[in-house]
Amino acid sequence: MINFIWAGLLIIGFVVGALTGNLEAVTNAAIDNAKTGVDLALGLIGIMTLWLGLMKIAEDSGLVEKLARLLKPLMVWLFPDVPPEHPAMGAMIMNIAANMLGLGNAATPLGLKAMQELQKLSDDKETATDAMVTFLAINTSSVTLIPASTIGILVAAGATNPTEIIGPTLVATTVSTIVAIIVSKIFQRLPKYQIKKADNK
Amino acid sequence: MFVEIMESISIYAIPVIIVGFILFGMAKKVKVYESFTEGAKEGFNTAVRIIPFLVAMLVAIGAFRASGAMELLTKALSPITNLIGMPGEVLPMAFMRPLSGGGAQGIMTDLITTHGTESLIGRMASVMMGSTETTFYVLAVYFGSIAVKKQRHALSVGLLADLAGLLTAVFVTRLFFGM
Repeated sequence: MINFIWAGLLIIGFVVGALTGNLEAVTNAAIDNAKTGVDLALGLIGIMTLWLGLMKIAEDSGLVEKLARLLKPLMVWLFPDVPPEHPAMGAMIMNIAANMLGLGNAATPLGLKAMQELQKLSDDKETATDAMVTFLAINTSSVTLIPASTIGILVAAGATNPTEIIGPTLVATTVSTIVAIIVSKIFQRLPKYQIKKADNK
Repeated sequence: MFVEIMESISIYAIPVIIVGFILFGMAKKVKVYESFTEGAKEGFNTAVRIIPFLVAMLVAIGAFRASGAMELLTKALSPITNLIGMPGEVLPMAFMRPLSGGGAQGIMTDLITTHGTESLIGRMASVMMGSTETTFYVLAVYFGSIAVKKQRHALSVGLLADLAGLLTAVFVTRLFFGM
Protein backbone atom coordinates (compact mmCIF):
# COMPACT_ATOMS: atom_id res chain seq x y z
CA MET A 1 0.00 0.00 0.00
CA ILE A 2 2.77 2.44 0.93
CA ASN A 3 4.35 1.85 -2.50
CA PHE A 4 1.17 2.82 -4.35
CA ILE A 5 0.46 5.85 -2.20
CA TRP A 6 4.01 7.11 -2.45
CA ALA A 7 4.14 6.66 -6.24
CA GLY A 8 0.60 8.05 -6.52
CA LEU A 9 1.44 11.26 -4.65
CA LEU A 10 4.47 11.87 -6.90
CA ILE A 11 2.84 10.94 -10.22
CA ILE A 12 -0.43 12.78 -9.50
CA GLY A 13 1.61 15.77 -8.32
CA PHE A 14 3.60 16.01 -11.53
CA VAL A 15 0.69 15.21 -13.88
CA VAL A 16 -1.72 17.67 -12.22
CA GLY A 17 1.12 20.18 -12.02
CA ALA A 18 1.66 19.90 -15.78
CA LEU A 19 -2.07 20.20 -16.50
CA THR A 20 -2.57 23.25 -14.28
CA GLY A 21 0.66 24.95 -15.32
CA ASN A 22 2.21 24.53 -11.87
CA LEU A 23 4.94 22.19 -13.04
CA GLU A 24 7.80 24.41 -11.97
CA ALA A 25 6.28 24.88 -8.51
CA VAL A 26 5.88 21.11 -8.16
CA THR A 27 9.53 20.51 -9.06
CA ASN A 28 10.68 23.19 -6.63
CA ALA A 29 8.48 21.84 -3.84
CA ALA A 30 9.90 18.34 -4.35
CA ILE A 31 13.50 19.56 -4.22
CA ASP A 32 12.87 21.93 -1.28
CA ASN A 33 11.23 19.17 0.70
CA ALA A 34 14.20 16.86 0.15
CA LYS A 35 16.28 19.46 1.96
CA THR A 36 13.60 19.85 4.65
CA GLY A 37 13.73 16.10 5.28
CA VAL A 38 17.44 16.22 6.01
CA ASP A 39 17.08 19.38 8.13
CA LEU A 40 14.32 17.76 10.19
CA ALA A 41 16.34 14.61 10.76
CA LEU A 42 19.50 16.49 11.72
CA GLY A 43 17.44 18.80 13.94
CA LEU A 44 16.34 15.71 15.84
CA ILE A 45 19.91 14.79 16.82
CA GLY A 46 20.11 17.03 19.89
CA ILE A 47 16.73 16.05 21.33
CA MET A 48 17.25 12.39 20.47
CA THR A 49 20.59 12.34 22.23
CA LEU A 50 19.26 14.10 25.34
CA TRP A 51 16.23 11.85 25.79
CA LEU A 52 17.95 8.60 24.94
CA GLY A 53 20.59 9.49 27.52
CA LEU A 54 17.99 10.16 30.21
CA MET A 55 16.12 7.04 29.18
CA LYS A 56 19.25 4.98 29.74
CA ILE A 57 19.55 6.34 33.31
CA ALA A 58 15.88 5.46 33.93
CA GLU A 59 16.54 2.00 32.55
CA ASP A 60 19.71 1.32 34.55
CA SER A 61 18.04 2.48 37.77
CA GLY A 62 15.06 0.17 37.27
CA LEU A 63 12.59 3.06 36.97
CA VAL A 64 11.27 2.01 33.58
CA GLU A 65 10.77 -1.54 34.80
CA LYS A 66 8.76 -0.27 37.80
CA LEU A 67 6.50 1.77 35.53
CA ALA A 68 6.06 -1.16 33.18
CA ARG A 69 5.05 -3.45 36.04
CA LEU A 70 2.37 -0.96 37.07
CA LEU A 71 0.67 -1.00 33.67
CA LYS A 72 1.41 -4.64 32.97
CA PRO A 73 -2.18 -5.96 32.56
CA LEU A 74 -3.08 -3.34 29.96
CA MET A 75 0.21 -3.68 28.09
CA VAL A 76 0.06 -7.47 28.00
CA TRP A 77 -3.41 -7.27 26.48
CA LEU A 78 -2.32 -4.69 23.89
CA PHE A 79 0.97 -6.42 23.03
CA PRO A 80 0.58 -10.16 23.65
CA ASP A 81 3.71 -10.97 21.61
CA VAL A 82 5.99 -8.83 23.78
CA PRO A 83 7.28 -10.46 26.99
CA PRO A 84 5.90 -8.44 29.96
CA GLU A 85 9.36 -7.71 31.36
CA HIS A 86 10.90 -6.68 28.03
CA PRO A 87 12.38 -3.14 27.84
CA ALA A 88 10.11 -2.44 24.83
CA MET A 89 7.13 -2.27 27.23
CA GLY A 90 8.76 0.44 29.31
CA ALA A 91 9.78 2.48 26.29
CA MET A 92 6.27 2.28 24.80
CA ILE A 93 4.70 3.40 28.10
CA MET A 94 7.08 6.35 28.32
CA ASN A 95 6.28 7.35 24.72
CA ILE A 96 2.50 7.15 25.23
CA ALA A 97 2.76 9.16 28.47
CA ALA A 98 4.87 11.84 26.75
CA ASN A 99 2.31 12.05 23.91
CA MET A 100 -0.58 12.44 26.35
CA LEU A 101 1.16 15.29 28.14
CA GLY A 102 1.89 16.98 24.81
CA LEU A 103 5.66 16.66 25.23
CA GLY A 104 6.26 16.21 21.52
CA ASN A 105 10.00 16.71 21.88
CA ALA A 106 10.36 13.90 24.35
CA ALA A 107 7.85 11.59 22.70
CA THR A 108 9.69 10.95 19.42
CA PRO A 109 13.02 9.74 20.88
CA LEU A 110 11.17 7.50 23.34
CA GLY A 111 9.02 6.14 20.52
CA LEU A 112 12.05 5.39 18.35
CA LYS A 113 13.66 3.67 21.32
CA ALA A 114 10.52 1.53 21.66
CA MET A 115 10.69 0.62 17.96
CA GLN A 116 14.31 -0.46 18.34
CA GLU A 117 13.39 -2.66 21.30
CA LEU A 118 10.46 -4.17 19.33
CA GLN A 119 12.81 -4.82 16.42
CA LYS A 120 14.96 -6.99 18.70
CA LEU A 121 11.93 -9.31 19.10
CA SER A 122 11.31 -9.51 15.37
CA ASP A 123 12.37 -12.47 13.26
CA ASP A 124 12.13 -10.70 9.92
CA LYS A 125 13.87 -7.34 10.30
CA GLU A 126 12.33 -5.88 7.14
CA THR A 127 8.73 -6.59 8.12
CA ALA A 128 6.66 -4.84 10.77
CA THR A 129 5.43 -7.01 13.65
CA ASP A 130 1.90 -6.95 15.09
CA ALA A 131 3.21 -5.17 18.17
CA MET A 132 4.89 -2.46 16.04
CA VAL A 133 1.68 -1.76 14.13
CA THR A 134 -0.46 -1.67 17.29
CA PHE A 135 2.05 0.65 18.95
CA LEU A 136 2.09 2.98 15.93
CA ALA A 137 -1.71 2.89 15.77
CA ILE A 138 -1.87 4.15 19.36
CA ASN A 139 0.90 6.63 18.66
CA THR A 140 -0.63 8.15 15.51
CA SER A 141 -4.09 8.40 17.00
CA SER A 142 -2.44 10.41 19.79
CA VAL A 143 -4.56 10.90 22.89
CA THR A 144 -3.42 14.43 23.72
CA LEU A 145 -4.84 15.83 26.93
CA ILE A 146 -4.05 19.44 26.04
CA PRO A 147 -3.79 20.49 22.37
CA ALA A 148 -1.38 23.26 23.36
CA SER A 149 -0.37 24.59 19.93
CA THR A 150 -3.99 24.78 18.72
CA ILE A 151 -4.97 26.69 21.86
CA GLY A 152 -2.02 29.00 21.22
CA ILE A 153 -3.26 29.75 17.70
CA LEU A 154 -6.81 30.36 18.97
CA VAL A 155 -5.45 32.79 21.57
CA ALA A 156 -3.42 34.59 18.92
CA ALA A 157 -6.56 34.88 16.77
CA GLY A 158 -8.37 36.58 19.67
CA ALA A 159 -10.53 33.74 21.00
CA THR A 160 -12.32 34.66 24.23
CA ASN A 161 -12.52 31.08 25.47
CA PRO A 162 -9.80 29.11 23.62
CA THR A 163 -9.86 26.14 26.01
CA GLU A 164 -13.46 25.27 25.04
CA ILE A 165 -12.08 22.96 22.35
CA ILE A 166 -10.41 20.67 24.91
CA GLY A 167 -13.60 18.72 25.69
CA PRO A 168 -14.62 17.94 22.10
CA THR A 169 -11.00 17.22 21.14
CA LEU A 170 -10.70 14.72 23.98
CA VAL A 171 -13.84 12.93 22.80
CA ALA A 172 -12.67 12.80 19.17
CA THR A 173 -9.12 11.68 20.00
CA THR A 174 -10.41 8.95 22.34
CA VAL A 175 -12.68 7.60 19.61
CA SER A 176 -9.80 7.58 17.11
CA THR A 177 -7.53 5.72 19.56
CA ILE A 178 -10.17 3.08 20.29
CA VAL A 179 -10.76 2.62 16.55
CA ALA A 180 -6.99 2.38 15.99
CA ILE A 181 -6.58 -0.38 18.58
CA ILE A 182 -9.61 -2.38 17.39
CA VAL A 183 -8.75 -2.07 13.69
CA SER A 184 -5.10 -3.01 14.25
CA LYS A 185 -6.19 -6.12 16.16
CA ILE A 186 -8.66 -7.13 13.43
CA PHE A 187 -6.36 -6.40 10.48
CA GLN A 188 -3.46 -8.43 11.87
CA ARG A 189 -5.64 -11.54 11.46
CA LEU A 190 -6.57 -10.85 7.83
CA PRO A 191 -4.83 -13.16 5.32
CA LYS A 192 -3.77 -10.12 3.27
CA TYR A 193 -1.65 -8.77 6.11
CA GLN A 194 -0.37 -12.01 7.65
CA ILE A 195 3.38 -12.37 7.86
CA LYS A 196 4.37 -14.95 5.27
CA LYS A 197 6.56 -17.58 6.88
CA ALA A 198 9.59 -18.38 4.73
CA ASP A 199 9.25 -22.12 5.39
CA ASN A 200 9.73 -23.60 1.91
CA LYS A 201 13.22 -22.37 1.31
CA MET B 1 -9.49 24.21 36.98
CA PHE B 2 -8.72 21.19 34.84
CA VAL B 3 -7.04 23.47 32.33
CA GLU B 4 -4.84 25.15 34.95
CA ILE B 5 -3.73 21.77 36.25
CA MET B 6 -2.89 20.60 32.74
CA GLU B 7 -1.03 23.81 31.97
CA SER B 8 1.18 23.46 35.02
CA ILE B 9 1.81 19.84 34.11
CA SER B 10 3.09 20.95 30.68
CA ILE B 11 5.45 23.44 32.30
CA TYR B 12 6.76 21.21 35.07
CA ALA B 13 6.74 17.81 33.37
CA ILE B 14 10.09 17.99 31.59
CA PRO B 15 12.11 19.56 34.44
CA VAL B 16 10.57 17.11 36.93
CA ILE B 17 11.32 14.15 34.66
CA ILE B 18 14.94 15.21 34.08
CA VAL B 19 15.70 15.90 37.75
CA GLY B 20 13.62 12.93 38.92
CA PHE B 21 15.39 10.46 36.64
CA ILE B 22 18.81 11.67 37.75
CA LEU B 23 17.95 11.68 41.47
CA PHE B 24 16.36 8.25 41.26
CA GLY B 25 19.40 6.95 39.38
CA MET B 26 21.76 8.32 42.00
CA ALA B 27 19.66 6.85 44.80
CA LYS B 28 19.99 3.47 43.08
CA LYS B 29 23.76 4.00 42.81
CA VAL B 30 23.71 4.22 39.02
CA LYS B 31 26.72 6.00 37.47
CA VAL B 32 24.42 8.60 35.96
CA TYR B 33 26.93 10.43 33.79
CA GLU B 34 28.24 7.24 32.26
CA SER B 35 24.73 5.88 31.75
CA PHE B 36 23.62 9.10 30.08
CA THR B 37 26.46 9.21 27.58
CA GLU B 38 26.08 5.50 26.89
CA GLY B 39 22.40 5.94 25.96
CA ALA B 40 22.98 9.24 24.16
CA LYS B 41 25.40 7.62 21.70
CA GLU B 42 22.41 6.14 19.91
CA GLY B 43 20.83 9.55 19.27
CA PHE B 44 22.98 10.49 16.30
CA ASN B 45 22.66 7.15 14.53
CA THR B 46 18.89 7.08 14.87
CA ALA B 47 18.49 10.59 13.48
CA VAL B 48 20.73 9.85 10.49
CA ARG B 49 19.05 6.51 9.79
CA ILE B 50 15.65 8.12 9.18
CA ILE B 51 16.92 10.57 6.50
CA PRO B 52 16.16 8.46 3.38
CA PHE B 53 12.66 7.60 4.62
CA LEU B 54 11.88 11.18 5.55
CA VAL B 55 13.16 12.57 2.25
CA ALA B 56 11.18 10.04 0.20
CA MET B 57 7.95 10.89 2.01
CA LEU B 58 8.39 14.66 2.13
CA VAL B 59 9.32 14.92 -1.57
CA ALA B 60 6.14 13.07 -2.60
CA ILE B 61 3.97 15.16 -0.26
CA GLY B 62 5.61 18.38 -1.44
CA ALA B 63 4.96 17.56 -5.11
CA PHE B 64 1.35 16.65 -4.39
CA ARG B 65 0.66 19.79 -2.36
CA ALA B 66 2.19 22.19 -4.85
CA SER B 67 0.35 20.73 -7.86
CA GLY B 68 -3.13 21.90 -6.92
CA ALA B 69 -4.39 18.31 -6.75
CA MET B 70 -5.79 19.03 -3.28
CA GLU B 71 -8.24 21.62 -4.66
CA LEU B 72 -9.45 19.19 -7.32
CA LEU B 73 -9.97 16.45 -4.76
CA THR B 74 -11.88 18.81 -2.45
CA LYS B 75 -14.19 19.87 -5.26
CA ALA B 76 -14.86 16.29 -6.30
CA LEU B 77 -15.74 15.21 -2.77
CA SER B 78 -17.88 18.17 -1.66
CA PRO B 79 -21.24 16.38 -2.25
CA ILE B 80 -20.23 13.67 0.26
CA THR B 81 -18.96 16.09 2.90
CA ASN B 82 -22.13 18.18 2.69
CA LEU B 83 -24.06 15.02 3.46
CA ILE B 84 -22.25 14.40 6.78
CA GLY B 85 -22.40 18.02 7.85
CA MET B 86 -18.78 18.94 7.19
CA PRO B 87 -18.45 22.40 5.66
CA GLY B 88 -16.50 22.20 2.38
CA GLU B 89 -13.98 24.73 3.71
CA VAL B 90 -12.74 22.20 6.28
CA LEU B 91 -12.09 19.41 3.76
CA PRO B 92 -8.56 20.50 2.70
CA MET B 93 -7.66 20.44 6.40
CA ALA B 94 -8.92 16.85 6.67
CA PHE B 95 -6.84 15.78 3.68
CA MET B 96 -3.72 17.65 4.71
CA ARG B 97 -3.68 16.41 8.30
CA PRO B 98 -2.20 12.90 7.75
CA LEU B 99 0.32 14.27 5.21
CA SER B 100 1.79 17.31 6.88
CA GLY B 101 1.45 18.67 10.41
CA GLY B 102 2.79 22.08 9.41
CA GLY B 103 0.53 22.21 6.35
CA ALA B 104 -2.54 21.30 8.39
CA GLN B 105 -1.66 23.88 11.03
CA GLY B 106 -1.38 26.49 8.28
CA ILE B 107 -4.82 25.62 6.92
CA MET B 108 -6.29 25.60 10.45
CA THR B 109 -4.81 29.03 11.23
CA ASP B 110 -6.21 30.36 7.96
CA LEU B 111 -9.69 28.94 8.69
CA ILE B 112 -9.69 30.37 12.22
CA THR B 113 -8.65 33.85 11.11
CA THR B 114 -10.93 33.89 8.04
CA HIS B 115 -14.08 32.56 9.69
CA GLY B 116 -13.48 33.59 13.30
CA THR B 117 -12.65 31.75 16.52
CA GLU B 118 -16.35 31.34 17.39
CA SER B 119 -17.30 29.90 13.99
CA LEU B 120 -18.27 26.28 13.39
CA ILE B 121 -15.54 26.03 10.74
CA GLY B 122 -12.82 27.41 13.04
CA ARG B 123 -13.82 25.17 15.92
CA MET B 124 -14.16 22.09 13.74
CA ALA B 125 -10.67 22.60 12.29
CA SER B 126 -9.27 23.06 15.83
CA VAL B 127 -10.85 19.84 17.08
CA MET B 128 -9.64 17.96 13.98
CA MET B 129 -6.09 19.17 14.57
CA GLY B 130 -6.03 17.67 18.06
CA SER B 131 -7.73 14.38 17.29
CA THR B 132 -5.57 13.22 14.37
CA GLU B 133 -1.88 12.78 13.63
CA THR B 134 0.60 13.23 10.80
CA THR B 135 0.36 9.52 10.05
CA PHE B 136 2.63 9.48 6.97
CA TYR B 137 5.39 11.35 8.76
CA VAL B 138 5.22 9.21 11.88
CA LEU B 139 5.30 5.95 9.91
CA ALA B 140 8.25 7.17 7.80
CA VAL B 141 10.25 8.20 10.86
CA TYR B 142 9.38 5.26 13.14
CA PHE B 143 9.76 2.49 10.57
CA GLY B 144 12.71 4.30 9.00
CA SER B 145 14.60 4.29 12.28
CA ILE B 146 14.67 0.49 12.27
CA ALA B 147 14.77 0.10 8.46
CA VAL B 148 11.44 -1.79 8.28
CA LYS B 149 10.27 -1.75 4.66
CA LYS B 150 7.16 -3.95 4.73
CA GLN B 151 4.75 -1.97 6.89
CA ARG B 152 1.82 -4.41 6.54
CA HIS B 153 -1.43 -2.91 7.84
CA ALA B 154 0.16 0.08 9.59
CA LEU B 155 -0.89 2.71 7.05
CA SER B 156 -4.45 1.38 6.67
CA VAL B 157 -4.88 1.36 10.45
CA GLY B 158 -3.38 4.85 10.85
CA LEU B 159 -5.58 6.34 8.14
CA LEU B 160 -8.73 4.65 9.46
CA ALA B 161 -7.98 6.05 12.91
CA ASP B 162 -7.55 9.51 11.36
CA LEU B 163 -10.86 9.08 9.53
CA ALA B 164 -12.56 8.10 12.79
CA GLY B 165 -11.05 11.15 14.48
CA LEU B 166 -12.17 13.46 11.67
CA LEU B 167 -15.73 12.16 11.57
CA THR B 168 -16.03 12.31 15.36
CA ALA B 169 -14.66 15.86 15.23
CA VAL B 170 -17.43 16.87 12.82
CA PHE B 171 -20.05 15.22 15.02
CA VAL B 172 -18.89 16.50 18.43
CA THR B 173 -18.22 20.03 17.19
CA ARG B 174 -21.86 20.25 16.10
CA LEU B 175 -22.97 18.64 19.36
CA PHE B 176 -20.92 20.90 21.67
CA PHE B 177 -21.33 24.19 19.83
CA GLY B 178 -24.71 23.76 18.14
CA MET B 179 -25.19 24.14 14.41
